[in-house]
Amino acid sequence: MRRFILIAIPYVWLLALFLVPFAIVLKISLSDAAIARPPYFPQFDWAEGIAAFIAELDFENFVWLTEDDLYWKAYLSSVKIAVISTFFTLLAGYPIAYGMARAPEEWRPTLMMLVILPFWTSFLIRVYAWMGILSNEGFLNQFLMWIGVISEPLTILNTNSAVYIGIVYTYLPFMILPVYSALERLDGSLIEAAEDLGCSRLTAFWLVTVPLSKNGIIAGSFLVFIPVLGEFVIPSLLGGSDTLMIGKVLWEEFFSNRDWPVASAVAVVLLLLLVIPIVLFQRNQQKQQEAEQ
Amino acid sequence: MTASVFEPWNDPEAKPLIHFQNVTKRYGEFTAIDNLTIDIYEREFYALLGPSGCGKTTLMRMLAGFETPTEGKIFLAGQDIAPVPPNKRAVNMMFQSYALFPHLSIWENIAFGLKRERMPKHDINDRVEEMLRLTRLEKFARRKPHQISGGQRQRVALARSLAKHPKLLLLDEPLGALDKKLRQDTQFELMDIQEKTGTTFVIVTHDQEEAMTVASRVAVMDHGKIIQVATPDRIYENPNSVYVADFIGDVNLIEGTAKLNGSEAYAMSWHEGHAPLTVKSPVAFSDGQKCHLAIRPEKVSISAEKPADADNAVQGRILDIAYLGNISTYHVELPTGAVIKAQTANTRRIARRAFTWEDTVWLSWTATAGVLLAD
Repeated sequence: MRRFILIAIPYVWLLALFLVPFAIVLKISLSDAAIARPPYFPQFDWAEGIAAFIAELDFENFVWLTEDDLYWKAYLSSVKIAVISTFFTLLAGYPIAYGMARAPEEWRPTLMMLVILPFWTSFLIRVYAWMGILSNEGFLNQFLMWIGVISEPLTILNTNSAVYIGIVYTYLPFMILPVYSALERLDGSLIEAAEDLGCSRLTAFWLVTVPLSKNGIIAGSFLVFIPVLGEFVIPSLLGGSDTLMIGKVLWEEFFSNRDWPVASAVAVVLLLLLVIPIVLFQRNQQKQQEAEQ
Repeated sequence: MTASVFEPWNDPEAKPLIHFQNVTKRYGEFTAIDNLTIDIYEREFYALLGPSGCGKTTLMRMLAGFETPTEGKIFLAGQDIAPVPPNKRAVNMMFQSYALFPHLSIWENIAFGLKRERMPKHDINDRVEEMLRLTRLEKFARRKPHQISGGQRQRVALARSLAKHPKLLLLDEPLGALDKKLRQDTQFELMDIQEKTGTTFVIVTHDQEEAMTVASRVAVMDHGKIIQVATPDRIYENPNSVYVADFIGDVNLIEGTAKLNGSEAYAMSWHEGHAPLTVKSPVAFSDGQKCHLAIRPEKVSISAEKPADADNAVQGRILDIAYLGNISTYHVELPTGAVIKAQTANTRRIARRAFTWEDTVWLSWTATAGVLLAD
C-alpha cells in the first residue's frame, strides 16, 4: 500500500500537470478560432452531450499548417538552428570537459562549480547581458575597435550569429556535464595501452577516448538539441526579423494573432517532433545503464 | 649437461637485452629508483619482486616508456631508449587492470596493435587467429571484454601484448586479479607461452610464490634498490641479507656473534647458558662480529628425544601448531623466550600426530641447514 502511494504521487503529478494540460491543448488545436473569451469554439456544454461536442472538432488547423509554408519553414529552420548549435556546443564543450577530467583531482569540484555557477543568475538576465556585449556599441565591438582589428562596428546582434552565440553560451553546461562524467570514468591505463600498442597521442584520442565518451556525447547532444528546438527567448531577444524559429511563431500565433487553435496545433506538432529525439535519448540512456551492469 | 642449462647471466660473452646503467628516478623529494644497474638477457623470465612502493612498477614503466629516468641510461639491445616514445618501442606491456578496450571485441582488441603497424589485412587475420589459438580463446573472438571471465580477460591481455612480436614483454601483476587456483594454473600457462614464443618476459609481482614459480631469475627490491638478483633456488637457499631471507618464504632468524671454528665453520653464540650453534658459511666473518642465522622451518626437525648426532639441538615447548593439511608448522618456544618454527610433512593421519600443545620437544638442524648473514 505504501509503495502504491509512493508510485502514485509522481503519476498524479504528471497526470495533473502534464497530461491534463496536454489534453486541453490538443482539444483547442482541434477547435476553431472565435472572437470570444476564451477565443475558440466549441466550448464543452453538458446540455448538448459529448457526441455533439466531438462532432464540432476537426483537423482544419493541422491542414492549415501544411498549406501555409511559414510553418514547415519555421520547423525546418528550428531543426537547422538546433543541429548547428548542438554541433558548436559540442565543439566548445568537449575540450572543456576533457580538460576538467584531466585536471588534478582536487581542482575538479572547483571547475565543476564554475560550470554550474551561471545557473545562479537568471537565464533572462544573462541573455540580456549578451545584448549589451553584442550590440553595435557593445563591449565586443568597442574592444575590437580599440585593439584595431576592425574600423567599423560588426553587426552581430539581431542576426542568426547572435542566436548561435546565445544558444551555445546558455546550453554549454548541459553538454559539459554528461561528457565530463563519461571522460572522468575513463581508465587512464586504456590510453597508455593504446600508446603501448603503437598509437600516437592523437590516434589514441580518436580510437579510445572518443568512442568511450560516445554515450556522454550523445546524452549531451540530446540535452542541448531537444530544448533548443523549441527555444523562444534567445531567438526573440538576440535574433533578427529573419530568424525563423517555431517557438517564435508559436508565441506570435498566441499573443499577436490570438489564434489559439492554430498556436495549439503548432505546439502539438512540435511535441510530436520532439518525441523522436526524446525516445532516442531514452534508448541511449538505457543502453548505457545496461552496459554498466 | 651445461649446454642445456639456460643461464646467460653466468656467460661473460652474453650481451644483455636490457641494460640499466645507474638509473635513478626521483619524484620531487621522493627517490623511487636509486642508482640501479641491472642486466636482463634475451629469453629470460625476469621477476621484479618487492613490497608495494619499492619501485618495481616505476622500473617497469620506464621500460615501457611512460616514465623517463632522472639520471642514468636504459639500453634495449644496445640502443639507448630514452628518446623513443612508448608507441615506437619494441616493448609491449600487459597492464595490471588488463586495460582491454571495452568498446572493441576480443578479436579487435588483439588486432589493435597490428592495425597500427598498417599490416596487410590477411596477415592481421593470420596473426590474430594464431594468438587466439595460443591463448585458447578461439570461441570468444566475437565477444566484448565484459562478456568473458576474469581468467579469459587475462589471456586476452596477454594475447594482445604478444601479438606485435615484442622484443620484451612487461607484465604488471598479471595474475593479481585471479583467484588462487586459477592463478596457479595460469602461472604454468605463462611459462609455457614464454617458452613457445621465446619472448623475454619481465614480470612485476609482490607475490613471492608467483615469482619463484615462473621466473628464471628473481630480483628482490626494496626502497628503489635491488637487494639480490638470483635464480629462485639461490634466492631461497642463499639469501644475501636478512631482508631477502625474511621476504622470501618463512624463516627463523637467530641473532648472535660469530667465532671462527675450523675451515668455513663458525660457532655462533646466541644466548648465555646455551651451547653455541655450529654453522658452516662460505662467507667470512670476523671473531665477535654480530650476525643472524637464517634457517627455514622445513630444515628444522622436531623430535621427542635429543637426537644423538645432530650438529645443533635445542629444547623447547610447543606453543602453537598450524595445521595446513599436507604440512604442520610447530611454533616452539625456547627457554630464552625466542620462538622457532619447525615444519614437518604430515605423513600420518592427524589422530596419530606425535606431538601436541605444551609438549617438550627437541629441535635440531645440521650445520649446513642455515645461512649466516651479516647484520
